[in-house]
Amino acid sequence: MGENISTRVAYGQALAEFGNREDIHVFDADLMNCTMTKYFAEKYPERFYNLGIAEANMVDVAAGFAACGATALVHTFAIFASGRVYDQVRNNVAYPELNVKIVGSHSGLSVGEDGATHQSIEDISLMRTIPGMTVIVPCDSYEVRLATRAILDSQGPCYLRTGRGPVECVCDQFEDYKFEIGKGIQLVDGCDVTIIACGLMVQEALKAEKQLAKQGIHARVIDMHTIKPIDRDMIVKAARETGAIVTAEEHSVIGGLGSAVSEVIARTECVPVEFVGVEDTFGHSGAPDQLMEKYGLTPDHIVECAKRAIARKTNVND
Amino acid sequence: MDEKKIRALELWAYKIRRTALQTIQTAGSGHIGGSFSIAEILSVLYFDKMKVDPENPDKEDRDRLVLSKGHCSPALYSTLAFRGFFPEEHLKTFRKIDSDLSGHVEIHVPGVDMSAGSLGQGLSVALGMSLYGKSRNYGNHVFCILGDGEIQEGQVWEAAMAAGFYKADNLVAFVDNNKLQLDGTLEEVMSPYPIGEKFKAFGWNVVEIPGNDVEAIAKAIDLAYESKEKPTMIVADTIKGKGVSVFENQVRFHGGTPTEEEWAIAYSELDTRIAELEV
Repeated sequence: MGENISTRVAYGQALAEFGNREDIHVFDADLMNCTMTKYFAEKYPERFYNLGIAEANMVDVAAGFAACGATALVHTFAIFASGRVYDQVRNNVAYPELNVKIVGSHSGLSVGEDGATHQSIEDISLMRTIPGMTVIVPCDSYEVRLATRAILDSQGPCYLRTGRGPVECVCDQFEDYKFEIGKGIQLVDGCDVTIIACGLMVQEALKAEKQLAKQGIHARVIDMHTIKPIDRDMIVKAARETGAIVTAEEHSVIGGLGSAVSEVIARTECVPVEFVGVEDTFGHSGAPDQLMEKYGLTPDHIVECAKRAIARKTNVND
Repeated sequence: MDEKKIRALELWAYKIRRTALQTIQTAGSGHIGGSFSIAEILSVLYFDKMKVDPENPDKEDRDRLVLSKGHCSPALYSTLAFRGFFPEEHLKTFRKIDSDLSGHVEIHVPGVDMSAGSLGQGLSVALGMSLYGKSRNYGNHVFCILGDGEIQEGQVWEAAMAAGFYKADNLVAFVDNNKLQLDGTLEEVMSPYPIGEKFKAFGWNVVEIPGNDVEAIAKAIDLAYESKEKPTMIVADTIKGKGVSVFENQVRFHGGTPTEEEWAIAYSELDTRIAELEV
């Protein structure tokens, strides 16, 4: 059973759990107590490097390890792991196709009181646009553990996004849950609309599904933990079978999950898509739940968007 | 080092220049000045010091080079071809659509240990390689060549701090101090001087040498090999465009193309020098 802990803590535990491999080297930039690489560092100090507050150097040092054959994992806040080191990741990790995993913690608005400078709402977009980059956004402790094992067993550049605050563990409640990079997971079946979510919005999507069910609307819920490569087949199937889609992410509506889904929809089954996410604006200081409310990352807003998508579907058919 | 060896290494340096120039001319573009200033460094590295095997280019415990000033690919590609990593004929495909020999150095080319192009990053990569080598007890050395303009990039100093902190004594870096960059002289654009003192302050062993002198380069590397608990920075006082009168100390040959007359002068001077060294 998964615990109701943050994905960063669960990641740190998983890294220590699966880290007993000589090729695995872990790098941090003075945030080991936040990204939770401290668990690995305590267990395998000889394969842990703290490089101080110098993220660009950290990414390229890791690239040097990977160029020699190591599996290298770099850690910092998502805002720095994507934006501050974009050039290092693009040119020295992704372009040479090196086995470097970039793990960004404290992602999205839910970092809370630290405010807009620390709230990464563009990281999925930035990482997704780099050729060859895998992008994974787990939703809970159960999923992040499996994602961690999967990225350690895979080759090539990857961005893994974790969050600061505790989240409810939901994935372990689904009997046929199976984690595979690039394969979405249908958590709930439904025929009226599909909610495709990632990260902590998966929990909100499940709450929205229950609200919709009370109103006689049967929503399908997909946990799209891998944003790239996106599960095209699952999206096309959902579009065909439900005719309307809502995406939900703790990220800008520009360039993230919503965009990735829309890119598939636009080229295949044209159905209405509504976006739940941060509307082209910066975040703000505040308690995480206040921020989720302020920026519309709530079950209520998902319900509203689902109804709007369904209404648009009806109009199209008229 | 005996006279014969010195001449042999000088000869390789001039052959690197001539072939790099032909490579650039065939491609229609490329960086002459910085390729020429590092010809002796590459000659000493690949024909005297570095433990590499063209028959087994991916050998794990080999010495490695990160050419952080990745635009000087014509010089490195020419060197690797001479060293037997790929046929010299292949250089004719430099910068061409179906070739692996891109404008900036590429890890997928046999003998190239890391891609580069976006300046300021190679020293960090080389540090990673050196720490990995130490963790594996390879006993190898990792070399890095930085441009002098390149050290204006802040990340170089992050790497300098980390290399000193981690006592990366198997790391040997060069600053190709040719004193020119794209927009002018370093003094005009942004002075990084004094270079040696800065690296010393970060815990490096610093050697300052005439950088187009093969014997001085070899001696500096020998000093680096003796360094304990300190990475070594070799500040190489070089001439940009070295070896051709019309290229030397000319800002426009950072990336510019010679005139017809300048091509002729260049080949004539290089051929003459090569003939002298071959005697």
